[in-house]
Amino acid sequence: MKWTMRKRKMKAFGKAVYRNKMAFTGAVILLLFILVAIFGPILIPFSTMDFGEVEDILNPPSKAHLLGTDDMGRDVLANLISGARISLIIGGVATFISMGIGTLIGICSGYFGKGIDNALMRFTDFFLVIPWLPLMMVLAAILGTSLLNIIFVIGITGWAGTARVVRSQTLSVRERPFVERAVSLGAGSGHIMARHILPNVFPLVFANTVLVAAVAIVSETTLSFLGLGDPSTASWGMMLHYAFESGSTSAGAYWYYLPPGICVVLVVLSFTLLGYAFDEILNPKLRKR
Amino acid sequence: MHKGELLKKLIYACITILIVLVFNFLLFRVLPGDPLAMMMRNPRATTEMLEGLKQFYGLDQPWYVQFFTYFKHMFQGNLGVSFLYKAPVSKIVVARILPTLLLVGVAELLAIFVGIIIGIVAAWKRGTKLDVGTLSFSLITYSVPTFWLGMIMLVVFCVGFKIFPTSGMFTPGMTFQTTGAMLHDLMRHSILPIVTMALVLIGEYALTMRNTLIDVLSEDYITTARAKGFKERYVLLKHALPNALLPMITIIAINIGFVVAGAIQIETIFSWPGLGRLMYEALSARDYPLLQGIFLLVTVSVVLANFLADITYSYIDPRIKN
Repeated sequence: MKWTMRKRKMKAFGKAVYRNKMAFTGAVILLLFILVAIFGPILIPFSTMDFGEVEDILNPPSKAHLLGTDDMGRDVLANLISGARISLIIGGVATFISMGIGTLIGICSGYFGKGIDNALMRFTDFFLVIPWLPLMMVLAAILGTSLLNIIFVIGITGWAGTARVVRSQTLSVRERPFVERAVSLGAGSGHIMARHILPNVFPLVFANTVLVAAVAIVSETTLSFLGLGDPSTASWGMMLHYAFESGSTSAGAYWYYLPPGICVVLVVLSFTLLGYAFDEILNPKLRKR
Repeated sequence: MHKGELLKKLIYACITILIVLVFNFLLFRVLPGDPLAMMMRNPRATTEMLEGLKQFYGLDQPWYVQFFTYFKHMFQGNLGVSFLYKAPVSKIVVARILPTLLLVGVAELLAIFVGIIIGIVAAWKRGTKLDVGTLSFSLITYSVPTFWLGMIMLVVFCVGFKIFPTSGMFTPGMTFQTTGAMLHDLMRHSILPIVTMALVLIGEYALTMRNTLIDVLSEDYITTARAKGFKERYVLLKHALPNALLPMITIIAINIGFVVAGAIQIETIFSWPGLGRLMYEALSARDYPLLQGIFLLVTVSVVLANFLADITYSYIDPRIKN
């Protein structure tokens, strides 16, 4: 019975997303990029490692290279498409790490209360208040630049907001009768947190995920641009890094520095639209605005 | 505000700063193993420097002695010596504070002012094209990476139209006859970075202003004011606005981390000689003492700024006295 109820709720949520103009636009853009990330590399005849000859450097868009070539004679479109894959993977995994840490700390803090709550919330406040970019820069510089380190750095810095939201929701769920019932039946803390509290805070975690993902994608781009990306990968941030460092921006190679930026804006915008709409759908107070 | 409450907040701020200090200690010493090995990866570090570092950090001593040496240095304002500049970190950092404050300060003021006005108009003309435009503008500026916006501005106004110089704070090698000429040169160099920074911030301020104003407008005392027969404009500006301005303080405080991130990127793009650019330089050269010094300064200032905003807020809004 519980499952049919949840299924019905999910269906209602899906319908609301479909009806909401913002959510629908966001979902379509995001889906498009995910499809490109999965199937794109198969469709493009160039590899990202095809360094061209001298005359291939910084060529404007043509029939052979639809988006022109970069400062090393590589096809921009091929790089852009492989960048979609890398940027989405980094964003996705980092978001997953953030949500995991945030949910765990939020539930523990709200469920145990008292000293544990106080200690965990001070720790969370520290991560909330500390400026994220310098922290990421310092961490990335010390750990070294590799794909895994970038994911780790972004994941470990972005969970504080989620922890706060999950904590306050846990506080209210904890007081509900079914938790009391489970306690009196002799359920352990771990069981209650996993089986009773987690399912009830999950919608909130889900709504938060898209916002964290937006920040993760921007973070990856920014870190890579500042020279902290993995040099062996062609993420959108790395493309912009090379475009700026090689002076292609001042040389007027618009086909080189515009597309990666536009892609980042579109992906982040799709997450932001979804987040804004989820907030509206899940928070009835805002619905009439 | 209640005295006990103030004390509690002060203690919390101090605890956060303490965590920052401990974190900084662990980060640069414990994390990748031996800090000397890490520093030695830097080609700029000489043997004497490494010897000096060993002495400075007390690396031949047990960790708790290192920990106290570190705190002693911190309270003396001693941040070590930069590899890149071969000078005390504290001196280099202090020289870069003013340009950053100028950039961030003017941009913040501009963004707050413009953001509030746009927010008021959007709330007033709620549901119109203007309102939708404000929302779209906010969502888009929120999604644009700051450095990319800077790149576009640079290409359009410096390379394309050639209206503004591309980098720095003053024209290099120029001597100014009058203060006026100097200010003029400074203005020509600073307009673009400041406008870029403000553009990044305006959207969020406008949206917050709009939403809180709409919230306030639905409250009972506004209906009362309308029933009294006051003009709509009067109700909006004299009754609703003062209360709607309060949450702006919180948003501005929350935004400080975002502003810091923006400053790092914009200063890098426009070669603005501030702390952000210095951090980028320190990062590129893997100058760890300098990187650590800037990180410490920035985090401690952000914690203090948040604390001040917190106090200001409860001072202005008597409703959160308890």
